[in-house]
Amino acid sequence: MRRRHNHPDVVPNHFHRQHTHTQTPSCPVSPLISSRFYTTTMPAPDKEIDLTERIEAFLSDLKRGGSGTGPLRGSAEMARETTALLRRIAAQARWSNAGDLMEIIRTEGRRMTAAQPSETTVGNMIRRVLKIIREEYARSRGSSEETDQQESLHKLLTSGGLSEENFRQHFAALKANVIEAINELLTELEGTTDNIKMQALEHIHSNEVIMTIGRSRTVEAFLKDAARKRKFHVIVAECAPFCQGHKMATSLSEAGIETTVITDAAIFAVMSRVNKVIIGTQTVLANGGLRAVNGTHTLALAAKHHSTPLIVCAPMFKLSPQFPNEEDTFHKFVSPHEVLPFTEGEILSKVNVHCPVFDYVPPELITLFISNIGGHAPSYIYRLMSELYHPEDHEL
Amino acid sequence: TRDGLCNTDDIERSKTEGKELTKEEKQRLRKEKKQQKKNKEKNDEKTSHEGEKKKNKKKKEEQPAGSASQPPAQPSPKAVPAPAPPPPAAAAVPVPASEAPAPADKPAKSKADLKAERRARQEAERASKGKKGDVGQPAPTGKLKAPPSELQPVVKRLPEHVQVDNPEVVKKLAKKLERQQIPLRSDYGYKVSLFSHLHQYSRKAPLTQQLGIPSTVIHPAIVRLGLQYSQGIVAGSNARSVALLHAFQQVIRDYTTPPNEELSRDLVNKLKPYISFLNQCRPLSASMGNAIKYIKKEISNIPSQCKEEEAKIKLLNCIERYINEKIVLAAKAIAKYSIEKISDGDVILVYGCSSLVNHILCEAFEKKRKFRVIVVDSRPRLEGREALRRLVQKGISCTYVLISAVSYILPEVSKVFLGAHALLANGYVMSRVGTSQIALVAKAFNVPVLVCCETYKFCERVQTDSFVSNELDDPDDLIVTRKGKTQLEHWQKVPSLGLLNLVYDVTPPDFVDLVITDLGMIPCTSVPVVLRVKNVDQ
Repeated sequence: MRRRHNHPDVVPNHFHRQHTHTQTPSCPVSPLISSRFYTTTMPAPDKEIDLTERIEAFLSDLKRGGSGTGPLRGSAEMARETTALLRRIAAQARWSNAGDLMEIIRTEGRRMTAAQPSETTVGNMIRRVLKIIREEYARSRGSSEETDQQESLHKLLTSGGLSEENFRQHFAALKANVIEAINELLTELEGTTDNIKMQALEHIHSNEVIMTIGRSRTVEAFLKDAARKRKFHVIVAECAPFCQGHKMATSLSEAGIETTVITDAAIFAVMSRVNKVIIGTQTVLANGGLRAVNGTHTLALAAKHHSTPLIVCAPMFKLSPQFPNEEDTFHKFVSPHEVLPFTEGEILSKVNVHCPVFDYVPPELITLFISNIGGHAPSYIYRLMSELYHPEDHEL
Repeated sequence: TRDGLCNTDDIERSKTEGKELTKEEKQRLRKEKKQQKKNKEKNDEKTSHEGEKKKNKKKKEEQPAGSASQPPAQPSPKAVPAPAPPPPAAAAVPVPASEAPAPADKPAKSKADLKAERRARQEAERASKGKKGDVGQPAPTGKLKAPPSELQPVVKRLPEHVQVDNPEVVKKLAKKLERQQIPLRSDYGYKVSLFSHLHQYSRKAPLTQQLGIPSTVIHPAIVRLGLQYSQGIVAGSNARSVALLHAFQQVIRDYTTPPNEELSRDLVNKLKPYISFLNQCRPLSASMGNAIKYIKKEISNIPSQCKEEEAKIKLLNCIERYINEKIVLAAKAIAKYSIEKISDGDVILVYGCSSLVNHILCEAFEKKRKFRVIVVDSRPRLEGREALRRLVQKGISCTYVLISAVSYILPEVSKVFLGAHALLANGYVMSRVGTSQIALVAKAFNVPVLVCCETYKFCERVQTDSFVSNELDDPDDLIVTRKGKTQLEHWQKVPSLGLLNLVYDVTPPDFVDLVITDLGMIPCTSVPVVLRVKNVDQ
């Protein structure tokens, strides 16, 4: 590896870490920075500074705001940024075996998810990359991944889990393989919207009335693609207080689709005339439920009452191994000024105002998930999860 | 021949309903055909009369389907396409009239002739029914749609405000308004195709701008009231009714009977253009319709020998009593019943601003019940803020959310109190848009839903969805400016973009657990019972 030749007397990374515990300040610092203290007279490599700078920049972007409000708009871009950053870490950080790389990525990943807990795409991409590393390691070792993964009862009883695996073997080609696999992942990410778009004509027939809520780029692309060949009517619920539905409606109507904007209060009133409900989501949870923009649960209940199918267009990078039970981490709130502005004056101090951003939609209300790998029922989500993520990575 | 006549009538009726004819009916039909061939000359006039009647019936049945509204499912619906002269106020709440008005499209015969023939036919049928017994009876629902004399004839006229897509009706209304010297209000903006049968007005163009000053036709109190309605200054079912009644009191005070006229008839005629005007400013609500019906009845019941001053005082007292009984005392009674349903530690959810529900909560708070309130609000009216102010002033601890957050807040809620605009005869609750949504989500979380409604808001109409009869508010209300950007500013220029601002929606009775009225606590499905009892009383 190149870096090895540049710094002949650099000791492998994990030895440095033992020293850093005594000497570094108490604030959590990336192991990459701490290793700088122990190099010899050679100046700290530019690549490392560059890398840490990028990571810090990414974290501050995350902290400033999740998708839609900060500079990183949209989960797709967030996923791409995260994956690109992880690829950079794999390429430029110092590691000698898969275990080290996974440790680095895990630590960075924890910081990233702590910066913006509601942005689950970041955590999902980290877990994907960790799974890639495991796969590549297993492939380099020669054992097939499936037999290792299969937790047969016999194996569980006799071996007590996969604890023998510590990923410490060194393989020369591992870095190149990992980077190549991450590149594949990036290509897959870039093609998600197109893959979902292509399925539009299978699900929308002509003269339909379709209902959606808020603004989802995936659903927008989906509907615009179907509108090239079919004529249908779209009703958009505006989704107060941010009223992102307005932007969706103008964008759809500019593409020539008959659009109507309704208020959130009219969702049930209008539902009897709707043929399908197509929505996007922020996250798909491990049980097949959704964490979507607020108002979606009402929409799903109204659709269930009228037996209207509810279709969720969600690319696979939104699938997260979380469950909805953790009350503290599920909801995210923004300033109540959106709901009751400061102009209301005297009553503000005597009133509690809530402005939640997300809603939980249970999987019983969902009919179909359309993702870049095809359509699935909500009951199949757990299977997809086991293919995408390794169970040990569910907790970063 | 009389016998044969009524049989063909029944059979024709069953045929037009698309019912399978029973064997007896088919036999009778064959007999009829033979008889008709024999007595062709004699029955010529009468069968042509039948033919006309059948044609009219077919036209009437086509008309409701054509205007894309659900035909009211009451005993004998006869929606006449060309509305007869009676004012649109009564049209808004179709009255089960005891007299059968002659349909306007029968130029061949005069009214008296038709009435006589119909009476003769009905008597013949009654006689034949006594003879036949159970054999060969037509299908039971055919029986129900039997001649109007069997049941109270409910002759319905489809109100004008749900036939905007019918150019004939619009023309007729324009002519009527011209006669009454009231300006016609024009629709505004692109209407969503599902609602092309309803009016959509703009708040920026109130009707009063088109009136001359001073207006000689319309009393100034009514002009002011119309403006208050159309600008939304007076909003809410009770407030509108009370304002209307007060304005009418003013009209009565200023009224003088012209010579050679009777007060009981002339005053009613004077009120008709006012009602048209108010209807143009904002479609009348069910409570207003009932109030107007009551006033008209009172006025026409004034005996002719009564002196003008006495009559006026009597009418003013009537109105005062109506307001007191139906609104003020009813509110007290409902509050008394509701307080039994509020227990300590309750978390009560209310939606929007209902004067009745606010009254109940304030009363309960004064009676030292410990509870807290969650006020749910929705764009664009944001009426919940008004309710919030009133409750906070009293000292009740409140929480405020928008309707999209209702699934977040509902697990904390123990009861939901909703107000109503009207209660329909099939048990549906007509209320501000969003109420049905709250009831739906509450049902999903197993939270009891209680609707509070005075009996004067009970309505004879039936409706199953929120499309056939609704009110479309100004679509520009949906436009909002956030962070300096107004997305929908130029929505009119984009041809395929429409904004929909509904005012009312209907809640199915299975979402509502209890209705609290001044007569007691009843289930939603008992509304027609109350209506029947009220009708019998009157």
